[in-house]
Amino acid sequence: MNARPWLLLLSVFAIATCGLVYELIAGTLASYLLGDSVTQFSTIIGVYLFAMGVGSYLSRFVTGNLVGTFIRVEFLIALLGGCSASILFLIFGWTISFRIPLYSIVFLIGCFVGLEIPLLLRILEGRFAFKDLVSNVFSFDYIGALLASLLFPLVLVPHLGLVRSAFLFGLINAAVGMLALVMLRNEIPRLRSHWVTGLSVAAILIAGFIHGSEITRWGEYAAFPDPVIYADSTPYQRLVLTKKNDELRLYLNSNLQFSSKDEYRYHESLVHPGLSRLPEAKRVLILGGGDGLAAREVLRYPRVESITLVDLDPAMTELFSSNAMLRLQNADALKSPRVKVENADAFAWLAVERDPFDFVIIDFPDPSNFSLGKLYSTTFYQRLLKVMAPKAALVVQSTSPFVARQSFWCVDATLRACGLQTEPYHALVPSFGEWGFILASRQPLSGPAILPEGLRFVNEEVLAQLPRFPPDMSRIETEVNRLNNQALVHYFEEDWAR
Amino acid sequence: MNRRRFLQASAAAPALWTGSCTRQQVIPGQIVGASASIGHRLRDLRALPKPSRFLKADVIIAGGGIAGLAAAHQLQKTGVQNFVVLDLESAAGGNSISGRNAVSAYPWGAHYVPLPGRDCHEILAFFEEIGLIQGHDAAGRPIYDELALCHEAHERLFIHGQWESGLQPRTGLKPSEKEEFEAFDAVIQSFQERRAFTLPLDRSSRDPAWLELDRLTMSAWMAQQGWTSIPLRWYVDYCCRDDFGGSIDQVSAWAGIHYFASRSGEAANATRGTVLTWPEGNGYLVNQLVKSLQSRLLPGHVILHMQQEKNTVQTDAMDVSTGEVIRFESRAAVCAMPRFIAQRLIPGLPTFALSYAPWVVTNLTLDELPPSPGVLPAWDSVIYRGPALGYINATHQGLNAVPQATVITHYDVLSDRPPQQARQWMQSQSHADWCQRVFAHLQPAHPDLPDHVQQVDVWLWGHGMIRPDPGFIWGTDRAQMLQQRPPMFFAHSDMSGMSLFEEAYTRGVWVADEVRTWLG
Repeated sequence: MNARPWLLLLSVFAIATCGLVYELIAGTLASYLLGDSVTQFSTIIGVYLFAMGVGSYLSRFVTGNLVGTFIRVEFLIALLGGCSASILFLIFGWTISFRIPLYSIVFLIGCFVGLEIPLLLRILEGRFAFKDLVSNVFSFDYIGALLASLLFPLVLVPHLGLVRSAFLFGLINAAVGMLALVMLRNEIPRLRSHWVTGLSVAAILIAGFIHGSEITRWGEYAAFPDPVIYADSTPYQRLVLTKKNDELRLYLNSNLQFSSKDEYRYHESLVHPGLSRLPEAKRVLILGGGDGLAAREVLRYPRVESITLVDLDPAMTELFSSNAMLRLQNADALKSPRVKVENADAFAWLAVERDPFDFVIIDFPDPSNFSLGKLYSTTFYQRLLKVMAPKAALVVQSTSPFVARQSFWCVDATLRACGLQTEPYHALVPSFGEWGFILASRQPLSGPAILPEGLRFVNEEVLAQLPRFPPDMSRIETEVNRLNNQALVHYFEEDWAR
Repeated sequence: MNRRRFLQASAAAPALWTGSCTRQQVIPGQIVGASASIGHRLRDLRALPKPSRFLKADVIIAGGGIAGLAAAHQLQKTGVQNFVVLDLESAAGGNSISGRNAVSAYPWGAHYVPLPGRDCHEILAFFEEIGLIQGHDAAGRPIYDELALCHEAHERLFIHGQWESGLQPRTGLKPSEKEEFEAFDAVIQSFQERRAFTLPLDRSSRDPAWLELDRLTMSAWMAQQGWTSIPLRWYVDYCCRDDFGGSIDQVSAWAGIHYFASRSGEAANATRGTVLTWPEGNGYLVNQLVKSLQSRLLPGHVILHMQQEKNTVQTDAMDVSTGEVIRFESRAAVCAMPRFIAQRLIPGLPTFALSYAPWVVTNLTLDELPPSPGVLPAWDSVIYRGPALGYINATHQGLNAVPQATVITHYDVLSDRPPQQARQWMQSQSHADWCQRVFAHLQPAHPDLPDHVQQVDVWLWGHGMIRPDPGFIWGTDRAQMLQQRPPMFFAHSDMSGMSLFEEAYTRGVWVADEVRTWLG
């Protein structure tokens, strides 16, 4: 027995590596899912270290059967740590307060890891001189930490992914437990039951490791083609950001909102055909568009003095004004002194008297339900007209004239029913397909378009093409969308059911 | 205990029984109701208290329901300013009274008006006056304020375990049952084309062939047509109970057909059959009528006695908060109270045995409308073959983009037993009993409803509405009720046999014009 204490010290090394790997997995996963990696890492590390302290403190209450307890703790860590990433991924889609299970799991793992070293120290007590024991145990502990911190970013994440890395290190913990079972078999009562536990845990972890990539797909992640890096359930909607290479995508309630690859096509088409022909436009209103991408386009016009952006969801505007990656997308538009963000329901916001706006951009989600359908109704546009200056124009994102031809022309008919002149147009946005917009104003817009610098899609030639509709997308007669018929929602359902 | 103290005490009694429901937790809420206890105690008094204050007015309007308010509104328009409207309740409105809590305004009774037909001149003019009608299209059809037109989806029916849209059952019908619906719709359409049944009903055709139908029950008429299938009979029965408080075995065929055939209103911006509604129901219209009355409306005044003396009318009313009795002397009076009350307060008024349907209206405040299989929530949700009449959603006309807390108003007419017996039974039920009853009605569609309920308030309408039993609408009783007795005039939907906004409002306008002429 005394001949092999070094093997036990080696297990210190292994468990130290495992402990740090779990911590890194939790931190990374939280940054992926919740964003803001600094906060996530700080809080995860904090909770984890604190929990280790709690575990160390609790170790004093373990008296008798030290080895048995140590082995049980090993198997528990193996199971909990090994499954941590998959558990967190799976529950993420189904809970609003994701942080509660996240920190609970981190705390539990931390507690158990905190128990390990004191227990091991006590097991090894007497087999080494005290000064050697302390020195050896802590040396291996810290070397293990270094190894983990190098392995994690260089090998584990790129080659195994979070879920399988967790299972792998769970197996290592289980192996440490079983090694102790072999080496210290004479000191352990009820050896058989330990073996049963150990082997079952190992079996679960091996199964998890083999099927790891499928587990990740079980959650709502199946719905998204690319890895999810952020998701949040707000009282209003579910926000999911995915990222693959350089392409960032935002989904609201599983509907693609933009892809960083081609969103400039969408937002340039949304803003410039109208605004470039309003040489006197100073006050701009954006309804929806909490991503700040339309605001970014409007800010290209030095003559625009103020932009009021009204978006229902504070989580959305907060995310797009704080997350570094997203601020890069909208060129920090939401932080511009010219932009004023208001979180309100557009219909209610319009009920209050406002100073008139010169250009209004309506970038609401597609009319897929009655609540959203109301925002495309005659009543809504009539209310909107009250906050529009006499020469003002508005533009509405109006779904796809190709896929949802009835819906598109229904928006046009609705605007015309409000006494407006309309200019429907469309652009190809590859990630969406053919996308439609309708520009509307009390008097037809005259005057040449004066485009700002730096556009990647819209130029004078493109402007001339946008209003041309080939026969498969050309105007069809539709009903007018009113609160009491919700014709648009019915069309939209029909169009997308085809 | 002297009489005044006694009355004062009973005035304070329209009691707030804060009750409990036996399900796990106590559900907050109260039983409220058209101050029945005051009425009952007055009924049982032997001698009336003496007035201590004397006031004069050109016109006294006794009753602040729609008829009384419409009369006041019309008098004002024709230049009569010196009038007073008295109402027993703390707020005017009668059956169109409404409430409000932190979540929403909600109705306590009448909650919609169908698009008025061409014969509803008075209503159309009023709607134009208050901006509900904003103009007309080239065909002369009114353009309505779209905030008031019932938003899509209008109605849904819980049938075979899920909601489907519309109130006529469609799923799982046998071909023969479908044919009955088609035949029924065709007959109704022919009545509509002939304009035999109109609102106000006194403008309907007097062709004896149609008036004959008033002698039959709706059920008997349907049997004559050979319509016996359960789905059609349920649908027609539902509509009769909903509008008249009586089943097809209780109401006359003329009234039953009138329900379907009189709804001929059109709009430039809505389809036929659309209704006008507001979160507070017809309380919205009440508020429009009350706006200009100011101090001329005296709520909380119970009328003790009305009598003609020479060329004047003496009206004794008691302020229920102080117990003070005021005698008003007026050159004319409009009695706009339900007939069963008027018969007790006005000596010498012919008395008739009228049927009134007892109603229970429950407002449930919910953290959200619980999801339920089938189509999405509509304004009106009805459970197929359920014992009650379903519920309407007060926040349906709201414009919020997100789901939210709401108030639903559940309607329950006690047409399954004689009205008198039903009224006694109503008084014996506790708040907890009502909670249980409404849950039992709604749980087939919303099993988890109790988990979403924050408050349940119950309004007991002992004499909820007059019921058009066979022979009433075109019989001799109603003909006598229509006779005016200047200087005392009468206006109430009881005189129509149907408790409808259109009837009450039009009678108010008519009587105001007669009073104006009488005053000279």
